[in-house]
Amino acid sequence: MIASDSIRLQAGALYGFIERQKNLYKRYWAWEVVWFVYSLVGVLSIGYLASGLEALGGGGAHFDVRSTELYLLAGALLWSYLSLVFMEVAVAIAWERWEGTIEYTFMAPVRRVTHLLGICTFALIYATVRSALVALVVVGLFHLDLSHADLGSAFVILLASTVPLVGLGIFTSILPLLSPEKGEQMTFAVQGMILLVSGVYYPLSVLPGPLRLLGAVSPLTYTLQGVRACLLQGSHVAAQLPVIGLLLAMGAVLIPAGLATFGLAERRAKRLGLLKRSG
Amino acid sequence: MTPAIEAKNLTKAFRQTGGLPWKRREPKRAVDDVSLRVERGSVVAVLGPNGSGKSSLVRIFSTLLVPDAGWARVFGHDVVRQPGAVRRHLNRVSVEASFFKEMSPWENMLYAARLYGDVSGRLRPRVEELLDSLGLQRDALDRPMKQLSRGQQQKVAIARSFLTSPSLLLMDEPTTGLDPRSKREVQHVLRELRGREDVTVLLCTHDLEEAEELADRVMILDQGRVLADAPPDQLKAGGRTLEDVFFALSGKEYEAEPEEVPA
Repeated sequence: MIASDSIRLQAGALYGFIERQKNLYKRYWAWEVVWFVYSLVGVLSIGYLASGLEALGGGGAHFDVRSTELYLLAGALLWSYLSLVFMEVAVAIAWERWEGTIEYTFMAPVRRVTHLLGICTFALIYATVRSALVALVVVGLFHLDLSHADLGSAFVILLASTVPLVGLGIFTSILPLLSPEKGEQMTFAVQGMILLVSGVYYPLSVLPGPLRLLGAVSPLTYTLQGVRACLLQGSHVAAQLPVIGLLLAMGAVLIPAGLATFGLAERRAKRLGLLKRSG
Repeated sequence: MTPAIEAKNLTKAFRQTGGLPWKRREPKRAVDDVSLRVERGSVVAVLGPNGSGKSSLVRIFSTLLVPDAGWARVFGHDVVRQPGAVRRHLNRVSVEASFFKEMSPWENMLYAARLYGDVSGRLRPRVEELLDSLGLQRDALDRPMKQLSRGQQQKVAIARSFLTSPSLLLMDEPTTGLDPRSKREVQHVLRELRGREDVTVLLCTHDLEEAEELADRVMILDQGRVLADAPPDQLKAGGRTLEDVFFALSGKEYEAEPEEVPA
């Protein structure tokens, strides 16, 4: 009975975090239009870069502009989605810090895992919707040939990638907890590093050795490899099982590690009295 | 019966930031060897000027601050080792009304209710009743918090704390920054809580009259130390005022400067 009450409370709280984020974003709908345009412009720039490579004389005789466009646009779209998840998770914690409500969240009978999963769930939903809208525009504008693509398999890989992504999101949320002033900006530095080593716009083979090593531990590397294989070569989900397994294994490590590290940061903040805004 | 709050030799010091790293300043003691016992159903006022340690004490009891030494229990649960059990019993009103200012009072209340598993079909009428009792107009319920006055925001904060039906209410300067009428309305609600066995109130205030009028017991705090802890009448024995008591015990004038409240 006590266990079922507790589960009901945590489930209600999880929904409460998602609903809270939805209510906050509702107030900023006009800004959401601006951010959508920003995401679209970023992805389109990469698409036109691919189109322009041929005009610049790049690539040689075997250069296939259509597949290069698809290669780079897949990277740009995935990056748009993944970077949004990081940012939204960090913004949610930074928002709580600025408003001073984080003390009330930490004081409520809610488990930290519920709190963070609630925030991550909203970030995933939000990033999916925004990126899907961008993808619709991009597919229409570039007349991408997806006839050989296995979209279902690409979707399964994307779904598997959300598990390590939640782990990374939890890690990202630690930064604004430690510093409301600089933490959110620090997430850009982390994002930049992931962008550099994960082969978003180029194959990992062009990177120097140490960066390639870092790329090997980034879940984004495998997500991109898997999704690109499905989109460009029509690879089936069965052939991508090792990638899916690796992503899930990474998530199995990253989520508990992220929660444990967040717990350490929370304890530090409580020891040093860093949670209070004033009063 | 287990008391609502019990603490022994609580101590908390904060590192003083700023200056050169090799010229470290002595940590500032916010709570200095505080022991106290608050019985269930009582209203205890913690009276003290700015920086006396009132808010730090409240944060320790609400599991938001870890003491350096000593221990504290809320309804028998240790605040450091059993924070989850402590949190089920309490709620807090802080000097600054901490809300998502873009959201409406209703959305903030709904969010709070979800965190405490207290959502039912009767939530909206309950919220309206609570806000009515605090004198907040109904049309304010769906406007963004940032459009409400400081007094209205504080009333919503108080209503939010009542909404979760806590057994222990930690009220940290709940009337600071309110206009006289709002202050009276909030004090009226606090007065109604007196004598209710199911709610214990720890009221931190810099307001001598408020402490005297609302509390069963007054604890005077200065520089983190407890100077006195007794019923108001006992403290005022011999025709003294609480201000006189503070002067006699601390050797300095009582500065009733309210906490600075962010806009």
